[in-house]
Amino acid sequence: MSTGHDGDALLRVEHVKKHFPIRKGILLQREVARVHAVDDVSFDLRSGETLGLVGESGCGKSTLARCIARLYELTSGSVIFDGRDISRLPRRRLRPVRRGLQMVFQDPYASLNPRKRVGTIISDPLRIHRRGNRGEIKRQVRQLLELVGLSPEHVNRYPHEFSGGQRQRIGVARALALHPRLIIADEPVSALDVSIRAQVINLLDDLQDELSLTYIFIAHDLGVVRHVSDRIAVMYLGKIVEISPAEELYRRPVHPYTEALLSAVPIPDPDLSDQREHIVLEGDVPSPVAPPPGCRFHPRCRYATDICTREEPPLVAHGSPDHVAACHHPLSFSRAAAGGTPASVEDA
Amino acid sequence: MAEPLLEVRNLKVSFRSEDGVVKAVDGVSLTLAEGETLGIVGESGSGKSVTMMSVMRLITDPNARFEGEVIYKGRDLMALTQDQIRGIRGAGIAMIFQDPMTSLNPVHRVGWQIAEQIRAHERISEKAARARAIALLNSVGIPHASERVDDYPHHFSGGMRQRVMIAMALSCSPDILIADEPTTALDVTIQAQILRLIKELRDDFGTAVVLITHDMGVVAETADRVAVMYAGRIVEQGSRRDVFYQPQHPYTWGLLGSIARLDRPKPKRLATIPGLPPSLLNLASGCAFRVRCAHRFERCLQTPPLLDRLGNGHLDACHLEPQAKKDARAGAAPPELVEDAP
Repeated sequence: MSTGHDGDALLRVEHVKKHFPIRKGILLQREVARVHAVDDVSFDLRSGETLGLVGESGCGKSTLARCIARLYELTSGSVIFDGRDISRLPRRRLRPVRRGLQMVFQDPYASLNPRKRVGTIISDPLRIHRRGNRGEIKRQVRQLLELVGLSPEHVNRYPHEFSGGQRQRIGVARALALHPRLIIADEPVSALDVSIRAQVINLLDDLQDELSLTYIFIAHDLGVVRHVSDRIAVMYLGKIVEISPAEELYRRPVHPYTEALLSAVPIPDPDLSDQREHIVLEGDVPSPVAPPPGCRFHPRCRYATDICTREEPPLVAHGSPDHVAACHHPLSFSRAAAGGTPASVEDA
Repeated sequence: MAEPLLEVRNLKVSFRSEDGVVKAVDGVSLTLAEGETLGIVGESGSGKSVTMMSVMRLITDPNARFEGEVIYKGRDLMALTQDQIRGIRGAGIAMIFQDPMTSLNPVHRVGWQIAEQIRAHERISEKAARARAIALLNSVGIPHASERVDDYPHHFSGGMRQRVMIAMALSCSPDILIADEPTTALDVTIQAQILRLIKELRDDFGTAVVLITHDMGVVAETADRVAVMYAGRIVEQGSRRDVFYQPQHPYTWGLLGSIARLDRPKPKRLATIPGLPPSLLNLASGCAFRVRCAHRFERCLQTPPLLDRLGNGHLDACHLEPQAKKDARAGAAPPELVEDAP
């Protein structure tokens, strides 16, 4: 294990872009358009921190995760992991990097090979990276199973013999096998039932304390993200529109999209739910093939003015240097100062 | 109290399988009043979908066995022939499903699919049915409905497809709309649009709604009454405020406790319900929740009936005395909170 530089950036993501070409024609395959899945995203991640990544489907959060793990080649930009730019490394030299950087996937049914026994699934990374002889590997697998709350007797079972929550634990055990420093969890609890979801979240929490892990936690459930994250990044159409310390984001959202997202989360409290203002965003997320000019959120934004259709707002700090957002009409500041309350879009 | 619009009496649904009998629904009784929204919550496998699919007589598995009655407008739906039930499906009771991607036919234009249903129930010309389809698409908020009526399902986004499903369900002005996880496959902002639409339908047309969901937040926002299901039974049923503010069943406590909530300070750890939901295969008698329950005692070996223990129409299936429940909830240690900066 490398020495822990507490507070230092374990991961730096700089101007990462990922565009998928859309090709037409059989022979020439000329490129007719591009899906701007991730468009110029930058952030830092400190060691031991959890960064939550939220946004609606198609906003590019999973693509970004896969770019960081180098499961996709970047279109441009760089990913600096533990002081090293890994964005251009060839496959062979990527292998030692992957030891430190692992992923947990959303679908516990699709991400485990149904023909392999649990023991094989978890020991595969150990064998690939030559972590000891057969006996040692066997011992490590048993330890890993115990670590994630499964019985070591289960090594010879197949994935279908487990429930969804247990399968997700197997996925976590596999990710932990090589003692990674960073785990990217892509919607790890979305497929699970409420009562099981809480168990897996607590497990991830405990593992972080025990093994001093750093997480990137992707989810669309804002309640779950708030619970696990130290900082949260909100994405919309391939861009980060706001990054902030977790509690602050919920208490004082700056970007209108963040505000709308938060207001759309149903709250399990009837009276509160009746009282609070519901901002219902009209329409769907525009196509990332031709994102709107200026601020990408402007066609659905209730505060949008002329400037929003022309100029793309930069990410700037609001209140504290940790809280940045990209908006021409940031909430909570100008608005609170001006004392103006916006008209509800409900009547629009 | 007026005659309920729909009454389910002691419905039991079981499936024979190689390994034994699966009791998917084990004695469910429900009522639905006119214009009311009933939320049914529970986890996967709790029997919430099977209950409503049985009401619609949509389960045709030869291994399924049904018991009990479903009374709608004085008729027992369980006793009707498939021909008779077809007259009620769509016209009296309509249903929308979780996955709007797979519940529309991909090879037919959406307008045609809506018109087909109208023409199945009414003698009406193709042209008039098409006009109705356009009006319906308009009423569920699909922009440029007169053009989009000729689009195929793949031309629509997930939220728009769910709107098409709702338009189709409303085409014959049903009294009851059964919505089975209508927003689970959708993003939160689109979910908000669809829930608002369902609320408007109820207000504008007086349609009674049965909303099946696993999301307590969705229920809190839309339902008038709530039924909580666990392992094929209703364990608690009452008004929305009663169930959320005075939950009586330990399972409901657990469900409410294990949600990461935005409206409360953040706890250090989420409360969990230990263990897994039981297998419905050869389920032993007694309270099905007892193995996961912190408050179990000897009586839990007997199956607890769903009773109005408080005398206010709030039913629960737990042997604990109301006072004991109060003490248990008051005695539970409050969650340790993360220190919170002001």
